Amino acid sequence: MKDKNKILAGLAIFIVVITFPFWFNLGKAAPAPELELTEKAKAAKTCVMSKEFMTAEHMQLLDVWRHNVVRGGERMFVNPDGRQFNMSLSNTCLDCHSNKEKFCDRCHDYASVRPYCWDCHIDNPKGE
Amino acid sequence: MKNSRRRFLQIAGVSALGLGAKPMLNAFAAGGGEGPGYHVATGEDALTAKQWAMVIDTRKLQTAEALEPIVEACNKIHNIPTAIENKNHEIKWIWETHYHNAFTDKTNNFLNEKVAHRPFLLLCNHCENPPCVQACPTKATFKRESDGIVLMDFHRCIGCRFCMAACPFGARSFNFRDPHPFIEENNKEFPTRMKGVVEKCNFCAERLAVGKMPACVEASKGAIAFGDLYDEHSEVRELLKENYTIRRKQTLGTEPSVYYIV
Repeated sequence: MKDKNKILAGLAIFIVVITFPFWFNLGKAAPAPELELTEKAKAAKTCVMSKEFMTAEHMQLLDVWRHNVVRGGERMFVNPDGRQFNMSLSNTCLDCHSNKEKFCDRCHDYASVRPYCWDCHIDNPKGE
Repeated sequence: MKNSRRRFLQIAGVSALGLGAKPMLNAFAAGGGEGPGYHVATGEDALTAKQWAMVIDTRKLQTAEALEPIVEACNKIHNIPTAIENKNHEIKWIWETHYHNAFTDKTNNFLNEKVAHRPFLLLCNHCENPPCVQACPTKATFKRESDGIVLMDFHRCIGCRFCMAACPFGARSFNFRDPHPFIEENNKEFPTRMKGVVEKCNFCAERLAVGKMPACVEASKGAIAFGDLYDEHSEVRELLKENYTIRRKQTLGTEPSVYYIV
């Protein structure tokens, strides 16, 4: 351990550099997005499942919907309360949540996820 | 000392593997139609059959004008990009052609003139033995067990176009470019497609699921019949019993489900 000082200095610099994004951005975290519900969604009070379930697992649920509709031809969803829904992103989800920019996109942008649902399932306003 | 360190690393490695494997296994186990308190089912109004089939009475569709509303009905509800001018990029689910192009194996030198000059409606034949399904490497196209429709799962299509090479009927089209600017009338209830996927007629699976007949059948004013090929008393079987019908390229053995009365 002849170069103890050099190694320690190098290590210290390395740790500072590698943790730079963390301490540089400390306290500057973007606030969690506020989601806006449409009047229709407010009136319905609950989604197809509980709010907690939808927040955490809507992507898994949508995957189940996609799989069963496209490949199984099963289009009816029966939730724990026994209510029935047509399993359709465009016709059921977006019917209530018609404000995609203020509902879907806000969270997706915040979490930096880019689902490609919208390539096909609604109009692409830019026509790209 | 030496030994125990090695032992420690081994245990640590195995534990890390185990921790990593659990969520993986969970991910593979997911995907069924059941979840916490919910289940999925077929709609109550859904029409069912063992093998859907279509009988087109071409005697009732003598002119191109008679076919137009049928093709248009399909184009409209399925968001088909009809404004593409380049013929090589054209998307078609149901279209019109001459006898000679439709029935390439049934062209005598001297044909009944009436039949030879009649326009024919072509669409995916929803074969009982579909070569496109065998060709697809991702199972994006598949024959639905429940009713024999040859369907596309656009989410899975990787655009390799093997199915297009395999289909002897030219029933499949590839989206060489983004179709959205070329869709003339949007139907928001049906999804669109994107660049790089193959598409074709789906026998209006989305309409059958809610108890409606396919759009072309509805628009044909009785010239096209639709029903279960394996139900003796279905409309199509009655028509097949009473009329002489032909199918496209029957000799290839794909068993097309679209019959033509000539």
